[in-house]
Amino acid sequence: MKKSELVVAALENGTVIDHIPPDKVFDVVNLLKLQEMTTQVTIGANLFSHKMGRKGIIKIADRYFTDEEVSKLSVIVPNIVITTIHDYEVTEKHHVTMPDKVVGIVRCLNPKCITNHEPVRTVFNVTDKEAGTLRCHYCNKEIYSYEIKLV
Amino acid sequence: MALQGRSLISLEELAKEDILDLLAQASKFESEPNRKILDGKVVATLFFEPSTRTRLSFETAANRLGARVIGFSDAATTSSSKGESLKDTIMMVSNYADVIVMRHYLEGAARYASEVSPVPIINAGDGANQHPSQTLLDLYSMLKTQGRLDDLDITLVGDLKYGRTVHSMLTAMRHFSSRFRFIAPRELEMPQEYKEYCTEHGIVFTESHEFNDEIISTSDIIYMTRVQKERFTDLMVYEKVKNAFILRNQMLSNARENLKILHPLPRVNEIDQDVDSNPAAYYFKQAKNGLYVREAIICDSLNIKV
Ligand SMILES: [Zn+2]
Repeated sequence: MKKSELVVAALENGTVIDHIPPDKVFDVVNLLKLQEMTTQVTIGANLFSHKMGRKGIIKIADRYFTDEEVSKLSVIVPNIVITTIHDYEVTEKHHVTMPDKVVGIVRCLNPKCITNHEPVRTVFNVTDKEAGTLRCHYCNKEIYSYEIKLV
Repeated sequence: MALQGRSLISLEELAKEDILDLLAQASKFESEPNRKILDGKVVATLFFEPSTRTRLSFETAANRLGARVIGFSDAATTSSSKGESLKDTIMMVSNYADVIVMRHYLEGAARYASEVSPVPIINAGDGANQHPSQTLLDLYSMLKTQGRLDDLDITLVGDLKYGRTVHSMLTAMRHFSSRFRFIAPRELEMPQEYKEYCTEHGIVFTESHEFNDEIISTSDIIYMTRVQKERFTDLMVYEKVKNAFILRNQMLSNARENLKILHPLPRVNEIDQDVDSNPAAYYFKQAKNGLYVREAIICDSLNIKV
């Protein structure tokens, strides 16, 4: 068994989140509140990847994520791969992409935006899915993926 | 119904026909501004940020249509200064008014108000974001003086970086085939995102840092904006450029006969007073056109046609 495979060794039931950009691994941990989990969580950071150079991977035992959680994830880490495993078998594997609209997840970075002054659910239109660029539905400010802050 | 949801928040959501329809209505109000077609209606003007010019124009429009006007001209005198939310203020006023004209210092405020309000919202400016009635009156002025919005040479001069009116104009003009020239000091040139917008929408433009006779003599419209000292981080640079973007009467000697000079007002010194008596000077009439355009906007919001 090769070293990198060792790290992601077999999971009986649970979820594998793969192709995480190396600097986003702990954002994923925080977003999914993995630090509060009681089941086994394996976090691999800075692993070698043919495609990305370095990547992160997280395995969570006995836990599956809702569409809403996945949708949140897709905003901070677009283009990840989520695999669900039941009884050592891959039951589902999908490349997560950003939705067309991001509602109630991201904070607007414009201090003069109404959403930072009134209890308004933020709404962003995704203007570039590949790059992860958002535009505020209220003030029109563009937010680039590297700037994204969650509400 | 020209305006979707009948609120007017941004020009982005207006189709070409909506714009032309509003301008055609405005033209009818110009020929007869006093029409008591809003008798019994109440128009609220909520100015969370003072703007006397815009408020007077909207209130005059409402008055000439026979509507009653309620509202405030400064947030300091209202409940929002006591911490009332925008939503609550809008809900309260919508109990009394048929349409709400609002100006707010926060960006996106009008959009949000339109989502919570049971009556139409007309955006009279939300921070640095949108000011659609200004853009419509700019378009009206161009259409009226040139007879068309296509195939014009339009020169935008001054602060193209922060100038909200010039950005909105590009948004509205995406429907037409006029050519633009962006004339600004290097520090205040048209932002990249708007140039990309032009390219995406097939708007032809050129750029220059020099405002000269050649440019003036090949323009149908010259749209001047203020070059404000506050915009410069380096005051030395401001001192160097401040006089390079001033329009003086002597510069107009080779201008086209149909040339009109526009300015959103108030001006400081970017158009010399000696231009005022030149037949090309149009900025005061342009402001007056705002009245007709705002009459059209208010009526449209209430789904009333003339
Ligand atoms: Zn915003």
